[in-house]
Amino acid sequence: MSRSDSAAAQVREYREEPRSYYGQPVVKEPVWSWEIPWYFFTGGLGGASAGLAYLAERTGNEPLARRAWLIALAGVTVSPALLISDLGVPRRFSNMLRMVKITSPMSIGSWILVISGTTTVISAVHATTGLLPRLARLAKPAAALAGLPLSTYTAALISQTAVPIWHEARRELPLVFASGAAASAGAAATALTPTRHAGPARRLAVLGALGELAAVQLMEKRLGGLADPYHREGVERYTRAARVLTALGAVAIAGPARRDRRAAVAGGALVLAGAVCERWSVFKAGALSARDPAYTVGPQRERIRTRRGRGASRRGTPDAASRPL
Amino acid sequence: MSEPLEINVWPGSYGAAAKPRMGFFTDTSICIGCKACEVACKEWNQIPASPQQGFTGHSYDNTVDLGADTWRHVAFIEQRKPVGLDSAGGSLVDAAALHQLIDETGLGTYQEGDGLRWLMASDVCKHCTNAACLEVCPTGALFRTEFDTVVVQEDVCNGCGYCVPACPFGVLDQREEDGRVWKCTLCYDRLKDDKEPACAQACPTNSIQFGELTDLRERADRRLNKLTEAGAEHAQLYLAGDEDGIGGAGAFFLLLDEPEVYGLPPDPVDTTDDLGSIWGAAGIAAAALAGGLLAAFARGRP
Amino acid sequence: MGSNMAEQHPVGFQWVIEAKERGARVMHVDPRFTRTSAMADLHAPIRPGTDIAFLGGVINYILQGQREFGDYVRHYTNARVIIKPEFRDTEDLDGIFSGFVPEDRAYMVSSWGYAGTDGELTAGKKEQTGDVSGDASHGAHGMKLERGDPPEEDWTLQDPNCVFQILKRHYARYTPELVEQITGVKRERFLEIAETLCANSGRERTGAICYAVGWTHHTTGVQIIRAASIVQLLLGNIGRPGGGILALRGHANIQGSTDIPTLYDILPGYIPMPHPDSEDDFDRFVELNGPDTGAWGDLKSYAASMLKAWWGDAATPANGFAYHYLPRVDGDHSHYPMMLRMLDRKTTGFIVMGQNPVVGSANSKLQRRALANLDWLVVRDTVEIETAAFWYDSPDIESGEMRTEEIGTEVFFLPAAAHTEKDGSFTNTQRLLQWHFKAVEPREDCRSELWFAYHLGRRIRAKLASSIDPKDRPILDLTWDYPTRGPHEEPDAEAVLQEINGRHADGSFVSRYQELRDDGSTTCGSWIHAGVYADGVNQAARKKPHTEQNWIAPNWGWAWPGNRHILYNRASADPDGRPWSQRKRYVWWSEEEGRWHSLGDAPDFEPDKAPGYQPPEGAKGMEAIKGSSPFILHPDGLGWLYAAQGLVDGPLPTHYEPQESPVRNRLYGQQANPTRQEFHRPENPYNPSAGQPGAEVFPFVLGTYRLTEHHTAGGMSRTVAHLAELQPELFCEVSPQLAAERGLEHGGWATIVSSRAAIEARVMVTERVVPLRVDDRIVHQVGLPYHWGRKGLVTGDSANELLPLVLDKNVHISEYKVSTCDIRPGRRPRGPALARFVADYRRRAGLEPS
Ligand SMILES: Nc1nc2c(c(=O)[nH]1)N[C@H]1C(S)=C(S)[C@@H](COP(=O)(O)OP(=O)(O)OC[C@H]3O[C@@H](n4cnc5c(=O)[nH]c(N)nc54)[C@H](O)[C@@H]3O)O[C@H]1N2
Ligand SMILES: Nc1nc2c(c(=O)[nH]1)N[C@H]1C(S)=C(S)[C@@H](COP(=O)(O)OP(=O)(O)OC[C@H]3O[C@@H](n4cnc5c(=O)[nH]c(N)nc54)[C@H](O)[C@@H]3O)O[C@H]1N2
Ligand code: SF4
Ligand code: SF4
Ligand code: SF4
Ligand code: SF4
Ligand code: SF4
Ligand SMILES: [Mo]
Repeated sequence: MSRSDSAAAQVREYREEPRSYYGQPVVKEPVWSWEIPWYFFTGGLGGASAGLAYLAERTGNEPLARRAWLIALAGVTVSPALLISDLGVPRRFSNMLRMVKITSPMSIGSWILVISGTTTVISAVHATTGLLPRLARLAKPAAALAGLPLSTYTAALISQTAVPIWHEARRELPLVFASGAAASAGAAATALTPTRHAGPARRLAVLGALGELAAVQLMEKRLGGLADPYHREGVERYTRAARVLTALGAVAIAGPARRDRRAAVAGGALVLAGAVCERWSVFKAGALSARDPAYTVGPQRERIRTRRGRGASRRGTPDAASRPL
Repeated sequence: MSEPLEINVWPGSYGAAAKPRMGFFTDTSICIGCKACEVACKEWNQIPASPQQGFTGHSYDNTVDLGADTWRHVAFIEQRKPVGLDSAGGSLVDAAALHQLIDETGLGTYQEGDGLRWLMASDVCKHCTNAACLEVCPTGALFRTEFDTVVVQEDVCNGCGYCVPACPFGVLDQREEDGRVWKCTLCYDRLKDDKEPACAQACPTNSIQFGELTDLRERADRRLNKLTEAGAEHAQLYLAGDEDGIGGAGAFFLLLDEPEVYGLPPDPVDTTDDLGSIWGAAGIAAAALAGGLLAAFARGRP
Repeated sequence: MGSNMAEQHPVGFQWVIEAKERGARVMHVDPRFTRTSAMADLHAPIRPGTDIAFLGGVINYILQGQREFGDYVRHYTNARVIIKPEFRDTEDLDGIFSGFVPEDRAYMVSSWGYAGTDGELTAGKKEQTGDVSGDASHGAHGMKLERGDPPEEDWTLQDPNCVFQILKRHYARYTPELVEQITGVKRERFLEIAETLCANSGRERTGAICYAVGWTHHTTGVQIIRAASIVQLLLGNIGRPGGGILALRGHANIQGSTDIPTLYDILPGYIPMPHPDSEDDFDRFVELNGPDTGAWGDLKSYAASMLKAWWGDAATPANGFAYHYLPRVDGDHSHYPMMLRMLDRKTTGFIVMGQNPVVGSANSKLQRRALANLDWLVVRDTVEIETAAFWYDSPDIESGEMRTEEIGTEVFFLPAAAHTEKDGSFTNTQRLLQWHFKAVEPREDCRSELWFAYHLGRRIRAKLASSIDPKDRPILDLTWDYPTRGPHEEPDAEAVLQEINGRHADGSFVSRYQELRDDGSTTCGSWIHAGVYADGVNQAARKKPHTEQNWIAPNWGWAWPGNRHILYNRASADPDGRPWSQRKRYVWWSEEEGRWHSLGDAPDFEPDKAPGYQPPEGAKGMEAIKGSSPFILHPDGLGWLYAAQGLVDGPLPTHYEPQESPVRNRLYGQQANPTRQEFHRPENPYNPSAGQPGAEVFPFVLGTYRLTEHHTAGGMSRTVAHLAELQPELFCEVSPQLAAERGLEHGGWATIVSSRAAIEARVMVTERVVPLRVDDRIVHQVGLPYHWGRKGLVTGDSANELLPLVLDKNVHISEYKVSTCDIRPGRRPRGPALARFVADYRRRAGLEPS
């Protein structure tokens, strides 16, 4: 390499990609710590389990109902604990309940969590001890209903950010989370309930798992190039694990678990692990997409180019917005 | 599409107490990168500093970005003027080839100073008309003042961190030690005393101009015309109107290049723009879940 | 040129931005592309230390193209003056002027004089050197002229020995081609600058030149500024609005500290410090130091009033106003020679107030060795700086070259109050005094300088009270009686200002320096400040906003002398007193009223002296200055294109290479300034320069400078978290080409080596630094900010470890701005290996036996 060659190479190397500021992110990645993906998972698990429990009870499947209520109870009690732990200062959680704010899925979510939490606790108490029968009569359907948005509002929550691959997947993410919730609720109940009583749980698990796999597929397809973060280093292993575990678990539940309790436990665990991994995959991929300015700037430029976006209000260079990247 | 969903919108929300909308016009074409604004802001607001963070190599920028501890941030961009990238049609490969050519002809070792441009720009919270941060805040810690600026009340903020990824400009961040988020208040305390914000007051060249937004926009238009006449090709006003995804900004900028060069988004949108579809999708998903649950029980009762 | 104004004078730079907005063309000539260049219309990268070649080229461009402002030049400058026929130029003597005495490395300046004056101008020898040049820009002391007239003149400017023709010959070789070959500035670029300067001068337009230490920090520093003066005089840009040469000064009050000097060789108001040769005779002192004509013709009144202010009743006309009490300057007592005397144990005690020589002075190791040889050291500062900590924390301790146990210096650290904690004044770059008021009480034991000096004096006087030793009289007779205030007995700063202003015998305040007398009836601490307390009002504390007065703002603060904002502003009118043009009118003569008018400034001229005034026979002082001679501080009232005296290194600026340079002087056999002050001693080796064996070992030009984010030696910024974080580490700036050549990685580490030391810095590869083509070779530069040291919140090696000690003889300033070095990737060796590493370089350069 001649000297001028290597100089030119150096120039090229150290000169930053001109379309970003030293590769610095344009938007901030979420500051949430490990609690939050777990919270997505427990929220979904608890929410869908309440529905499962309620329907089981309505269909007279007591063993399933009792277990599902307990699972729901676990879900809705661990969830706030995780949330509060993420906030750092427990007392600060109360500020969430200062207002109801439709523009803030977190605000709505907090109320859902409160409602679903309270009703699920009552339901579970009644299901296991028979106490509070009058309250439980109201609480149980309420818990089942509240469980539905509890499982999906978290998707709304993260879509309602500037994190590119979350916001762009705002239509599909709730489906991913809902099916993940169904799968985990089904899986947990499958694992804990005698095979005989676990039919609906198994079906829910399998349906959920299939739904989850399909929803993720759909999401990636819609995201197009933006789906790339799901397959980048550090995320890929969660994405892959989520799929493999979910699929394997679903197969186990659909097949041997119908008879074999051990297969049911294993299948349930696999699907649960798959759902956890899926949340982590979403969480990590989102952070990565926020970190890399290309995922922010690229789609925005594209929006402007295709006139789908208005673009920042700009004067002076009308043609600038349509210049190629 | 959708109007901000706040029930009561400024100035109506303040009634007679509403003040004219105040803001910043940051004219980066006369910024000398002295960072007085950064320091004045930190001094006034008693923001902690982190001298130990080390050398970044990002030209003269060692504070990197806006965040909990940097509410004004001065960006430094070293660029070649038309000699380089632009005349090469924007392709890095072409540009590199061009530079090599310059090197080979001996020009490369000879006064490329003329081909250089060093952009400096002081960034700040945009005080958006439709502020995603404010809209997603579950506690109401973020609120709109009578000056139509967006401020965090530190005693209400519970550190949920939601506003952090919600801001399309990456302005807000959490302070690690206390978990709460911090950002420019447009010197709410000073405004209430009829004082100019600290950063604007410190700016020696008037690159940061503070005032009523309507005045500032007029001033900016005049300035842009002048620069464009003088041949500044990519000079542009960024966020100077209302017709964008954030419905306009209280702090807008005169840039000499594309926004992303400064780390700014070319098409920022307030995420609540899509609120309807987001809630809609969540509802559909919840319904689907209900459907799934029912389906699970549809076949064979035990 | 020679200033990075946007970075170092950001507040003043707002006016440059404003001028630009109004259509001014801003050009920046600097080795690097800086934040100033970023704001300029044009930037020309120049090889450090070659500004005289550049400006000489501009002078030549003006003269060759007859672009000078003819009327201005003929009437207001000494272009017409005939110089002694024995004068020989550097063009004749290969880089040396006539009168050079090689043994002394000094000039006998008699041959430089105006034809027809006598030949007793013997500047250039020993102490006299410091005296005649001093730090003062007036430099006029001693020239004796009758009636202020140069004896021989040629108004046609054709005489081969007139200044104009000498100038023309001297710079004839400074062509655009030569400028390019020496400075590295492409000729088209150079021509663009020269043409812009010319096109923006004359009757209707003016241009200004700003400089700072990019010019002064050279062994040719004073002459660079002289070269700019020649340009501005030729173009008629002095004494006119929008013109001038603006020295952008350093610390907030550095102007104030030269006016009322912290320098060893001048007294307040630039009165020279006495030398032993005046003996104890006040009249002889005046005769030796003051010309008869011009504003300095009244030196006796100024000095007598000052002595009266100091010694009150003990100063009488009979005893020469106690002149004999003044200390005598018997040699060069500037900073560096003083440090060398410490090194040699000739000076054993040292008080450091508001300075940090271990970081700020060249050749840091030498500085520390000097401190280590003291008996005692007092450091008064607001923070514990490196100078106070040298005995336990220094690179020499780290490397094992010094050991704390072996340092005998007793160090006292005294906490100082900061400017916010005391009253006082700052004098800015524009000679404007601005009063500031204490905002908070100093904490704990922190005290102001005033407090320290006053109470120290008080205690010494108390100790000496009963002494009958005559050598104690100067101290006991001092007027040392300032009122004090508050719990700490803080002296009243305004009382000091009043003393500086001066009083009449009846106690009333002097209102202008013209009122001072040489008969003991007036006191005045500093003649140039007479009037700062006129009418019993602290004029420096006036803060009338610009919106409530004219644009010259005469009611904001107070500018010395006499609140004149533009010096020599008589030159803004033509010889007949009419404005050169309506557009540029500033001061003009009103025939009807018989006095000078102005747009709002005080005329820098006698208010009622008519333009046609001719001095009578035997006239002295101001009386000897013609009505058409604006430069009243000079004995001839003229602007000096040619400086017959006042400078020790020649009447005309001439290009010399720096002490250490990779390039041979293309103009002369004489490589560097022949009068530069070198110090050949083992602690201060010099890198071989071009042409000397071993020069290739240090092939790169090293430049040091500042960053906006820090202040000087760092005591005021590396200790402040909000500033420290902005530039947390020492870095060096190199071009991509040099980086490629030496394998330096952006963001990595580099070791920079000279024959004095090796330091490490983070690498900033940037196109803002360009290699320059000089002659037929490439000269690479390494740029280093000099703010770092081992104390404070952010630490790093000091650039000054690398630099040699070599000075401009005129003002004893160090060549900080250019030396040579080598650079290589990676961190420097640690411990004893560091000394071996540097020694190896010295060996390779032939500076140490192998
Ligand atoms: N922020 C800040 N402001 C300061 C200071 C500070 O430390 N920090 N220090 C104050 C003090 S004490 C001073 S003296 C002033 C100094 O103010 P400046 O003189 O502006 O400061 P420097 O950065 O030392 O040098 C100025 C420029 O000279 C250039 N230069 C070097 N060699 C040459 C040369 O041979 N020719 C030419 N034309 N240019 C050359 C350098 O590249 C540099 O950009 O600043 C004052 N203001
Ligand atoms: N290599 C290189 N070296 C240089 C230069 C360069 O460009 N390159 N520039 C040179 C120049 S121009 C200068 S001016 C010098 C500056 O060099 P120095 O004068 O040695 O360094 P400063 O840091 O300015 O030192 C001033 C000290 O005064 C203290 N101080 C502040 N206020 C007060 C007060 O009210 N009272 C007391 N007692 N102390 C106070 C500060 O804390 C600080 O430590 O450096 C010179 N050295
Ligand atoms: S810029 Fe970001 S932080 Fe500032 S108001 Fe807009 S959304 Fe909120
Ligand atoms: S972190 Fe504080 S300001 Fe931000 S959304 Fe949460 S409560 Fe509101
Ligand atoms: S307005 Fe106030 S808070 Fe905002 S950046 Fe400026 S100084 Fe900081
Ligand atoms: S204070 Fe003004 S000039 Fe300095 S960096 Fe900030 S915006 Fe730029
Ligand atoms: S530090 Fe002080 S003196 Fe220097 S530019 Fe700023 S205001 Fe002026
Ligand atoms: Mo200085």
